[in-house]
Amino acid sequence: MSMPVSTRKTPMPSQPPGERIRNFSEVALGYTEEMARQEAERCLQCKKAPCRQGCPVEIDIPAFIGRIKEGDFAGAIEKVKEKNNLPAICGRVCPQENQCEKYCTLAKKGEPVGIGRLERFVADYQLSQGEVEPPALATPTGFRVAVIGSGPAGLTAAADLARMGHQVTVFEALHVPGGVLMYGIPEFRLPKEIVQREIDYIRRLGVEIRTNSVVGKMVTVDELLESGFDAVFIGTGAGLPYFMGIPGENLLGVYSANEFLTRTNLMKAYLFPEYLTPIKVGRRVAVIGAGNVAMDAARTALRLGAEKSMIVYRRSAEEMPARKEEVEHAEEEGVEFHLLTSPVEIHGDEAGWVTGMTCIRYELGEPDASGRRRPVAIPGSEYRMEVDTVVIAIGQGPNPLVLQTTPGLELTKKGTIAADEETGATSREGVFAGGDIVTGAATVILAMGAGKKAARAIDAYLRQKGEKGNG
Amino acid sequence: MYPIVKKRILAPGIKLLEVKAPDVARKAQAGQFIILRIDEPGERIPLTIADFNREEGTITTIFQEVGYTTWHLGQLEEGDALLDFVGPLGRPTEIENYGRVVCVGGGVGVAPIYPIARALKEAGNEVISIIGARSRELLILEEEMRKVSHELLVSTDDGSYGHKGFVTDLLVRVLQEKKVDRVWGIGPVVMMKAVSEATRPFGVPTIVSMNPIMVDGTGMCGACRVSVGGETKFGCVDGPEFDGHQVDWDLAVQRLRMYRDEEARAQAFHQEKRGGCQCR
Ligand SMILES: Cc1cc2nc3c(=O)[nH]c(=O)nc-3n(C[C@H](O)[C@H](O)[C@H](O)COP(=O)(O)OP(=O)(O)OC[C@H]3O[C@@H](n4cnc5c(N)ncnc54)[C@H](O)[C@@H]3O)c2cc1C
Ligand code: SF4
Ligand code: FES
Repeated sequence: MSMPVSTRKTPMPSQPPGERIRNFSEVALGYTEEMARQEAERCLQCKKAPCRQGCPVEIDIPAFIGRIKEGDFAGAIEKVKEKNNLPAICGRVCPQENQCEKYCTLAKKGEPVGIGRLERFVADYQLSQGEVEPPALATPTGFRVAVIGSGPAGLTAAADLARMGHQVTVFEALHVPGGVLMYGIPEFRLPKEIVQREIDYIRRLGVEIRTNSVVGKMVTVDELLESGFDAVFIGTGAGLPYFMGIPGENLLGVYSANEFLTRTNLMKAYLFPEYLTPIKVGRRVAVIGAGNVAMDAARTALRLGAEKSMIVYRRSAEEMPARKEEVEHAEEEGVEFHLLTSPVEIHGDEAGWVTGMTCIRYELGEPDASGRRRPVAIPGSEYRMEVDTVVIAIGQGPNPLVLQTTPGLELTKKGTIAADEETGATSREGVFAGGDIVTGAATVILAMGAGKKAARAIDAYLRQKGEKGNG
Repeated sequence: MYPIVKKRILAPGIKLLEVKAPDVARKAQAGQFIILRIDEPGERIPLTIADFNREEGTITTIFQEVGYTTWHLGQLEEGDALLDFVGPLGRPTEIENYGRVVCVGGGVGVAPIYPIARALKEAGNEVISIIGARSRELLILEEEMRKVSHELLVSTDDGSYGHKGFVTDLLVRVLQEKKVDRVWGIGPVVMMKAVSEATRPFGVPTIVSMNPIMVDGTGMCGACRVSVGGETKFGCVDGPEFDGHQVDWDLAVQRLRMYRDEEARAQAFHQEKRGGCQCR
């Protein structure tokens, strides 16, 4: 009872940096049972549980941590799964420092409870116990729902709808389901086997997943509605990579982060030539941007054999949008941070291969619309940076394939789908949307939250429609 | 899985596969392409749709064995199946009644030009087709092309059949003799560039079908970047057809060379494993 409680999180065991940059295995190894119970001891079981406000899916955090404390790991995961279908994933990739852990009472005086690490621990505990029994499903309703996209938004909506008794078919453009979890986030941060196990679980709920199915090309939303689906959920993500529009961007050796990561993760280019998709990584790699995508690309470059991997970012360290842990891991691994600087041109040799970039330095000016201080270019500060691979990770926008082929679907100025925040309802009857396609590139947990809300709204929509039909 | 229902060898190193993919066949149109992956370690490669049969639910692709993946594809037989087959991708050819059109196909590029010529003829155009190959034995789809054209001209580089020389020689002759409203050119990049240069002085709109390196084929990666009229386009979603007079051909040639070393490595590695690969 009166064990001295540390002001610091129980450290996460991880592969040493020197070793891990030579492999694609997971970096953070996860708590042991002892570590988990020790960390759970730190939780004060606050009555008001401020941590819960920070959780986009409202997990009963003190309750699940309390069960870990008692050694009831099975009970703990049950508690988490009441609200979160994909805990093994969220425990690994959620930006907890901006969510639950930000509000934790302990964060006022020291480090917060490692809520994310504990979530991961109980999820992994359950996976280690063998196949997870799917919960009982509601009586079949006879309604059919089409879900477009199998990222966290689509998968969550599909799972919840299946539990409510609806027949769900997921249409996925790529050859494997999972969205960014499969093609974007690297193996060393989120093992693909874990993603596939979560997806298998969703399949066992009765959800049919059809891969190689590009909606907008193979079939349109209207054709789905005409062919017997009673409602459609669009969760197609923000998959369209932005380029900078600077000279030299089409040179050989310039990748979008999406291409760089897709070749590596989805197509397993790190196993080339056993796997046939190649990737070209030079000795000196510059990654433009400082979000999670940029950190993933910079760390991937090291593992693919780059001697130097550099983050090049227009703003300062404080504004970097990546998860804190990713920045720390990147630093440990020797990724260099070139801040307040950005390329204005990429140079190449005669055959078209990248040889370097001209960069310009920035300083921080007045705060802009986002509240962050606006970077201002310093005239005359141009300098040359020698690089042979450039990865552009400045953001992604909505892919227009579904949007262009769905007449009457209202969009926002940004080109995302205009959808009700609480229900995901769009301007088209029976068509709902959520995740990055609505918010623009955001987070796994927000996409899941949107999928959950939409599932509830779709269920209500169908039941009301059904009553009408019967009466 | 997507079963191969028919296989033909059209010429040395040029093969035809008809694949059962009813959802793709239902929507396929001239000018579009598919992406396939043979097996788990396989890469995703785009192939232009050479024909489709909506009743049978099949898609025909014709390809030349130029690297390991196309060689491996050529080793498959009827009854084998492909792991992944996705489409139809890209924008279809804009089929209208333009008046008199010329369809130029070079090498294996005759395959994708075939459904385009057919659709143009059905739309009421007068279709003059020009097809060519290095030699007579490499010429494909001559009979099929004759059926969908009002006039068919043939060239071979070595003169073993038809005009001795390039398809562009015949194209210029046609352009000199007749008023042509639109030209399509599909084949190797150098040939499409030559077609575009040949029509430029005549001011005839010229459509080419770009074949950049791709991964997803849905606009998600940008591997397929082409520069058209000074603007960067994604070949897979903005194309594959573009205005040949606006394409940056040097860039297109360069970008196709990106993985030449890796292709050789992959070939050597798998050749050893599988025992034999006759391609180059
Ligand atoms: C490299 C990278 C790292 C990230 N790291 C983190 C992190 O650490 N933590 C975090 O919280 N968030 C992270 N994110 C953001 C997070 O992954 C996304 O916000 C989240 O995945 C969005 O989920 P989604 O379901 O809306 O879309 P996505 O995950 O993008 O899934 C959309 C799916 O729809 C499919 N699709 C698209 N168009 C069609 C179509 N026409 N027909 C059929 N299918 C289609 C796509 O192929 C894809 O599978 C990261 C993103 C990237 C790219
Ligand atoms: S705020 Fe922190 S200490 Fe309090 S219940 Fe939540 S996790 Fe435990
Ligand atoms: S192939 Fe990936 S965007 Fe075109």
